[in-house]
Amino acid sequence: MTRPTSEAEYLANLVPASVRGVSRRTLLRGALGAGTLLAAPSLLAACGGNGGTSSGGAATGTVTIGSNQSDAVPKAAIQAVMDAFQKANSGLTTKINTIDHNSFQENINNYLQGSPDDVWMWFSGYRMRFFASKGLAGDVSDVWKNLAGMSDALKTASTGDDGKQYFVPSTYYPWAMFYRKSVFEKYGYTEPKTLDEFKTLGTQMKKDGLVPIAFGDKDGWPAMGTFDQLNLRVNGYQFHVDLMAGKEAWNGAKVKAVFDTWAGLLDMHQADSLGRTWQEAALTLQQKKAGTYLLGSFVAQQFAKGAEQEDLTFFNFPEVDSNIGADAIEAPIDGYMMAKRPKNEAGAKKLLGYVGSADAQNIVVKADPSVIATNDKADQAAYTSLQKKSVEFVGQAKSIAQFMDRDTRPDFASTVMIPAIQSFIKNPKDIDGLINNIEKQKKSIFAS
Amino acid sequence: MSTQTTPKGIKPKPSKPKRTKYKGIDHLSPVDRVVVSLMVGIPTLLVLWLVVAPAIGSVLLSFTNWDGIGPISSAKNVGLQNYKDVLTIYPPFVPALQHNLIWLGVTFFIATPIGMFLAVLLDREVRGSRVYQTAIYLPVVLSVALVGFIWQLIYSRDQGFINQVTGSSIDWYGDQRYNLWAALLASSWRHVGYIMLLYLAGLKGVDPTLREAAKVDGANERTTFFRVVFPVMFPINIIVFVVTLIESLRAFDLVWVINKGRNGLELISTLVTSNIVGEASRIGFGSALATFMLVISSVFIVIYLRMVMREQR
Repeated sequence: MTRPTSEAEYLANLVPASVRGVSRRTLLRGALGAGTLLAAPSLLAACGGNGGTSSGGAATGTVTIGSNQSDAVPKAAIQAVMDAFQKANSGLTTKINTIDHNSFQENINNYLQGSPDDVWMWFSGYRMRFFASKGLAGDVSDVWKNLAGMSDALKTASTGDDGKQYFVPSTYYPWAMFYRKSVFEKYGYTEPKTLDEFKTLGTQMKKDGLVPIAFGDKDGWPAMGTFDQLNLRVNGYQFHVDLMAGKEAWNGAKVKAVFDTWAGLLDMHQADSLGRTWQEAALTLQQKKAGTYLLGSFVAQQFAKGAEQEDLTFFNFPEVDSNIGADAIEAPIDGYMMAKRPKNEAGAKKLLGYVGSADAQNIVVKADPSVIATNDKADQAAYTSLQKKSVEFVGQAKSIAQFMDRDTRPDFASTVMIPAIQSFIKNPKDIDGLINNIEKQKKSIFAS
Repeated sequence: MSTQTTPKGIKPKPSKPKRTKYKGIDHLSPVDRVVVSLMVGIPTLLVLWLVVAPAIGSVLLSFTNWDGIGPISSAKNVGLQNYKDVLTIYPPFVPALQHNLIWLGVTFFIATPIGMFLAVLLDREVRGSRVYQTAIYLPVVLSVALVGFIWQLIYSRDQGFINQVTGSSIDWYGDQRYNLWAALLASSWRHVGYIMLLYLAGLKGVDPTLREAAKVDGANERTTFFRVVFPVMFPINIIVFVVTLIESLRAFDLVWVINKGRNGLELISTLVTSNIVGEASRIGFGSALATFMLVISSVFIVIYLRMVMREQR
């Protein structure tokens, strides 16, 4: 359950979107408009102003943790990790402040400018570097000195623009084409390696009465994954990074090629995707009505633990251009960050060291088998076959991207790309108009 | 108002009867002045602080590129850039404007009249009118989030009631061609009950002798309603009018719970929210959108005020 939470504020969770509703604060803010915001941050800042008493030396006292893991399973996992931490460190107590993950994401700016918890849960990528460069996150380079089992790639992913570390990774999960082994066996399908093979497979699946690719984009972000995969295959990893950083033009031939390729695949996608959540789309895969589904491995949450999850596996998104290959993948990392001025700095750093350790991560991945540990020393013997495959898959990848809404500015991702991709899905004909508009908006946003 | 407060001024104080001379109906003693200025001043300050200042703040912010982080002084003045962007390169804006007007139109010309019509029917003491009343009013006590969810069960493409019964596979909440109307139906379902109850309460208060008199004069049901009852209910009509306006201008929650106001359900309020609230924090840009909302609302507020003023005259 960890996964979807992390996926961004628009994250669908297991409750139907309609019931989940809006937090009162959101409604209030929406109703009152921007004016309220004028006062809010400064008020919050005033409350949290003098939290800067950090006790050096031996870590004692209480460490507070801001957790966005509000669903039952991950919440219990976090609790278990913190209990284990307290047991190992007498004198230190932890206090988990669980916030509904949507609200957490939506209020993150005010939260961090007010009096944030000593340690809070966040994601790697642009959003991590952003808060670090805004001076809203604490430097945790000390913690990294004693952190064993983390690869250099993870260290890079935890490093801010100034070369210091601001993030301690906990778990991650790959994006890939998921399918049920039993379905592929029944019809005698094999995993496609190239896009042409995939199209042939899609035609066959349609003949067999299956939807080739399950698809749901009601919440706007799942289709970003499709765009990312195609972009990585058509233009490669470096272009993805530059495009997300605003350095490449959206209305160039390269992005157009991505949308063109996608348009050629749309008839393989499940129809009417804009009214469907990812959970509903995952159910069509689970019910063997769809052949494949492009999603993060959190799709396993829609499958019963045990035999049904064992039946679930995946293949890498097929190669589009043999010059580019297929060795770039997406595997977003979730982890922890520290407040700029934690009330208990020594304790917070101790805790961060612990959550990065194999011991702590073993507890998390056991509770939520749709994610894998970032620490190499974590116990992989207990992994499900899906987790083992994920480890192998991530291991063989040459470059690992995060995800569109983690690799680029969130204002651009949510206010420009979500409507743009949804309008592409509705009307895939006017690609030129679409990408020109994206570029204009990008210029305006990245200029600010 | 002044006629109600001044009598206090002319009441002579028993202890010093000679000091307080009657100086005319407009005269206020010092105490009265303090009381009056407090009674006028405190609400005025509250309105200034809670309504006017934030509104002006929004307008001012709309000329900046503030991202909500750091002091507001770090915001850069970008002139009319945000407005230019809204009007030229922000694709959801025009649909949002249209949807807001459609929302207003449907609520005003369809949902409200239906609610009033139901009230008139129920006022005729039909058998079981309490049951109908309760049934029609019931949606009003539900939270809008719940209303959205209930209709989701009906509209869902794969598992929904409508598609199960009719065998169609229309994606009611997802397909742009239908989802605005689907949302309006859900919203009207709730609105009708509200208007029905308001209007019914008003109808119960109409003096029955008026109807009898109309009957004696030979007016039929229709004439009685339109020529006698409806005009008598002017205050209630105003309330219904205002409630309808408020409900449709603040249309937000239902659409937000359906799909956060995207893909055919754009409303200005949802655009403001998705730009300002959340990680996006395009506060300047969102404020520009909010200013458009303010202008639109002002038009209707002016209409309303003119109606009320005319009534008072």
